[in-house]
Amino acid sequence: MAGVPQALDGLKVVEVGGYAAGPWIGKVLANYGATVVHVEAWDRPDGFRLQYPPYPKGKKGINRSGCFSYFNDSKYAVTIDVKKPGGIELSRRLADWADILIENMRPGVVERIGLGYKDIKVTNPDIIYMSTCNMGQTGPRAATGGFGSQLSALAGFCGLTGLKDGSPQLLYGPYIDFVAALVGTPLILGAIDRRNRTGQGAFVDVSQYECGATFLSGAIHDYCVNGRIAERDANADPVAAPHNAYPCRKSRPTGDEWLVLSCWDDAEFARLAQVIGQPGLAKDARFATMAARRQNREALDALIGGWTKGQTADEAVNALQAAKVHSYPVNTIADLFSDPQIAHRRNWRVRKHAEIGDQSYYYPGIDLDEMPGDVTAPAPCIGEHNLLVFKDFLGMTDDEYKQLKDAGVI
Amino acid sequence: MLEPYRVLDCTGRLGWLTGRFLADLGADVIKIEPPGARLDEPGWRADNVNKRLITLDLNKPAGRDLFHRLVAKVDFLLETALPGSPEAEVFDPAALRAINPKLIHVSVTPFGRTGPRAEWLASDIELMAAGGAMSLAGEPGGMPLRVSYPQSYPWAASQAAVGAMVGLMKRNATGTGDHVDVSAQSAVIASIAHAPAFWDLLKQNPSRAGAFMTGRSVHGAQYRVFWPCKDGFVNFIIYGGVAGRRTNEGLCAWMHDAGADLGVLATIDWATFDSTQTTQAQVDAMEAPIRKFFLTVTKAEFLQQAFEREMLGYPVNNVADICADPQFAARDFWHDLPGENGKTERFIGGFAIVDGKRLEVKRPVPKAGEHGHQVLADCGLNKDEIAKLMASGAVN
Repeated sequence: MAGVPQALDGLKVVEVGGYAAGPWIGKVLANYGATVVHVEAWDRPDGFRLQYPPYPKGKKGINRSGCFSYFNDSKYAVTIDVKKPGGIELSRRLADWADILIENMRPGVVERIGLGYKDIKVTNPDIIYMSTCNMGQTGPRAATGGFGSQLSALAGFCGLTGLKDGSPQLLYGPYIDFVAALVGTPLILGAIDRRNRTGQGAFVDVSQYECGATFLSGAIHDYCVNGRIAERDANADPVAAPHNAYPCRKSRPTGDEWLVLSCWDDAEFARLAQVIGQPGLAKDARFATMAARRQNREALDALIGGWTKGQTADEAVNALQAAKVHSYPVNTIADLFSDPQIAHRRNWRVRKHAEIGDQSYYYPGIDLDEMPGDVTAPAPCIGEHNLLVFKDFLGMTDDEYKQLKDAGVI
Repeated sequence: MLEPYRVLDCTGRLGWLTGRFLADLGADVIKIEPPGARLDEPGWRADNVNKRLITLDLNKPAGRDLFHRLVAKVDFLLETALPGSPEAEVFDPAALRAINPKLIHVSVTPFGRTGPRAEWLASDIELMAAGGAMSLAGEPGGMPLRVSYPQSYPWAASQAAVGAMVGLMKRNATGTGDHVDVSAQSAVIASIAHAPAFWDLLKQNPSRAGAFMTGRSVHGAQYRVFWPCKDGFVNFIIYGGVAGRRTNEGLCAWMHDAGADLGVLATIDWATFDSTQTTQAQVDAMEAPIRKFFLTVTKAEFLQQAFEREMLGYPVNNVADICADPQFAARDFWHDLPGENGKTERFIGGFAIVDGKRLEVKRPVPKAGEHGHQVLADCGLNKDEIAKLMASGAVN
């Protein structure tokens, strides 16, 4: 959709499915120039459109979900009813147009409706076809469907979050879906590169559960080799001490105020002690070495917390960073919109959505100096680009389009 | 897939996984470590398997010269030097692109290479705080928490892998490389789903949810998510809707089969149950028998029954549970290599299955000094040059 040349210009992507895991891959590809078509049906829209707030002004509507919108910027949207005669043929025609097809349904679903890899490959032999789901396409529990929020528990993330003797904690939203999307995206582009060199297509089977394991690789390896089971331990670190969150004097209107800090050697701790006005702590036997500080963590945290509660998070962090001590305010979600570094990176790109109005879309943490990427458009309304995609992209005639529209396929 | 490409991987922890992803995709990844680096840490080993290794002292002129010769011979350079540090000068993008205009140079740093806080010090806990993730984890009103295994590093490293591949596509299209600047803080924002949209559109500031699901019931009732079971916890929620109906009916059938007391659950018609209209007292009454029942169930039993009865919900696994899960074994996910003292060293395998075959881990974890000669020879140095460099102590 961009006027400026982008790295992925000309790459054509079709998405079948919905929610987060599939569409987030398409969003990232679109941000670097790919042409991404999100396929839905009027009677089965993307689940995020139907039940997921926020809705601007609290008013629901199929095009008013801020959740759907947030994950689908820079794309085109079409509607195809695969249950109507001609629906499957139209879907296949769209798949034939594509370089990449991404689907995130339960295993077996796309095959049942006739849009599996084997079906598409007949007419588009070099397509890169990615299936992403909870467990992967094979294995004893392949058929499991489910939400990423719960899969994040199976994959170990929730159990590693919380106080040592407390309950596991939720991570916000379908955490593991975004893990899998980011692990899957380089794979898709690697397959495209191979195809460009060799003409070979690919069927890519991504298990979100396995992708989750890559984010815990060291902990899993430590168990396999040393038998050590990583456990949730609040904010403690096996090496660094201090290493925690501390409450600050409230100055921001948007919620409670905390900062985090950590010290990775004795010299850094000495600098911290200086900043908090207690230089003697660096020589205090309870805190002089990393091992001693870990041992006396609670007493140390109380001393540091005594200092932070008199400071705003910004005051404290400015003093600490000036002294070369690892630290940062605990940004609330609101704070992400005023953080000066995030502003510098331009991670929020405001685009005007037809029904939602101005919305801030996330631009990834990846900048290319010469082809930087962008949020090129707001998220599409349902079926917004039927005419453009079917006529301009697929080359459908006016008569054909009208026929399919009248038949309820489009 | 990436067999034609060579990668110079000079990363610290922020970028280890980037090189591992590229290696699993088939690239020849050469890890560079300074003399004396620790190679026995589990995280290092897990993320640096499938790479070759050379020890290179970038502070020595001979080491620096060699580095430049290697840069000329590779497709990708991955590095994590903190802006403003002496190492960052070694990785000056313009200077390295002058040596190799086709180079795809990926910098992974806490906050990106420029900006008001680019030089700030940050480890995982600071990055999880800076990206908003900590504000959403922990008990409501309690202390913000991080995940007890660093997550900001893989969030940054995976975005860097995307950036590396986007850079390759750019090179394919234009013939020239690019500098890819990855900010870990910005990458962490991807972990918090659409939470930012609530502030953006409604000026609601999402905060810590703890162990309960809120915001479903119009009466403000909260639903339990984490339940103690016989040997840990399970994640289960009384949902409404079609999926909720199947789940709730499945659970009641399971409790019935197990001879458990269903209590008030026996009286509920799940076809008409509406989870948005319940009061806290009603939720508490429904949850009481479930709580009692789950205390008699193990994590493994829960996983199996939930699967068979098509219920939503999973046990809260730890790494031991993950490693024992037959789903991974069935998909050939584990990669075993001979380790120290005749023991087997197990790694997670390639991260996906392509055309029915798992991405391959071709190389064991490299040892110091193992690949020095071979890498230098592959990069076009002759025997005499290699011998001289080895004697200088700048490389091994």
